Amino acid sequence: MKNFKYILLTLSLVAISCNNSSKKDAETVAANTVENTESKKISDMSIYNLPSHWTTQDGNEIELKELQGKVVVMVMIYTSCQAACPRLVADMRNIEKQIPEDKKDFVQYVFVSIDPKTDTPERLTAFAKENKMEDNKWLFLRGTEDDTREFAAVLAVNYKQISPMDFSHSNIISVFDQGGELAHQQEGLGVDNKETVQAIIDLAK
Amino acid sequence: MSIVKGGAYLPLYGAANKTVKVESFMMDVYPVTNEDYLNFVEENPQWKKSKIISLFADKSYLAKWKNDESFSGLPNAPATNVSWFAAKKYCECQGKRLPKMDEWEFAAMANENVPDARKVEAYNQYILGWYETPKTFNNPIGQTFKNYWGIYDLHGLVWEWTQDFNSVLISGESRKDVDKDSNLFCGSAAIGASDLMNYAAFMRYAFRGSMKARYSSQNLGFRCAKDLEN
Repeated sequence: MKNFKYILLTLSLVAISCNNSSKKDAETVAANTVENTESKKISDMSIYNLPSHWTTQDGNEIELKELQGKVVVMVMIYTSCQAACPRLVADMRNIEKQIPEDKKDFVQYVFVSIDPKTDTPERLTAFAKENKMEDNKWLFLRGTEDDTREFAAVLAVNYKQISPMDFSHSNIISVFDQGGELAHQQEGLGVDNKETVQAIIDLAK
Repeated sequence: MSIVKGGAYLPLYGAANKTVKVESFMMDVYPVTNEDYLNFVEENPQWKKSKIISLFADKSYLAKWKNDESFSGLPNAPATNVSWFAAKKYCECQGKRLPKMDEWEFAAMANENVPDARKVEAYNQYILGWYETPKTFNNPIGQTFKNYWGIYDLHGLVWEWTQDFNSVLISGESRKDVDKDSNLFCGSAAIGASDLMNYAAFMRYAFRGSMKARYSSQNLGFRCAKDLEN
């Protein structure tokens, strides 16, 4: 069934790229209907409405909506970053530490690369290893430049490449509920993360 | 579409005060009009005023349309109150894309006669004069000047979405305290105004920096661009 669903998804995405003809529209609707019967209906504001495809640090292809059902804590980084990103990683780790044991399984921590050219799955794996984040609860994602730009737009994260090695970017940690709706955002580095932790605890069950 | 021949330019805000290379590209001669946009939503009903999901547009989306099928104003006035997501989708459906910010700025340096008129006093006065003119978004397209590349309305009609509008990092969040900047941005020391004299450009960047992708505005339209086919 899983494979079958994937084929349908692929078909629907081909159609979605721009459904000018009504025939393609019908296919898309059909594919979406099959999906909707399988997964809970998502709201208008859910990030799971985004059709983008991502590659994980293990080289697996995933769609965001596969994260549905978990509380998702998300941040955008790039692995060659020397300044803010190590601190953002530390912030994520710090948040994770404060989540009670009985809630830990309900939370997924996601790092999305803003430098997909450099951040190959191999590179992301190495980064995960360096930061001792090899457990399943840490997920590292890389997408196309377009999908990354779109995803940043949804998160209100601004970024710009300022040299071949470096990006400027806003430091925002976002918390999404089980349906993919934005529940909380924390801006800045090393800020008091009490509210973020509380938001996760309140959601995770 | 018109071809804009690439080159290097020094943007107002950019990569550590270095010139940016812009590849040659193609750009729509006019902004997308109300009539164009109506055709788009008819072919792609999920982008209609009543159907669009709130992740992709806030309540101001097509605010002045009476219903899903009737816009207000002139058919050949620029389509405005369109979110970034919708503008992006529109261009994809034409086999095009939104222009990158550097492409837009590069093309918009041109007046009637030269590709870079930023030092021409009258040109800057024209742009600033427009910023002070109310409600130009009600005007039809093609009434301003034809620039060096054969493109109309980059100035004088509406402001326009760009693909990477969210690469503007003037401050983290313009409505919040600015003294946290060094914490908000990685590498923020490298960002600075390379040409503070260019007040008009500053206004555009500041506007982009204040927008979010689901926002829309009555003075903000868009046009599409395309890579040059070899």
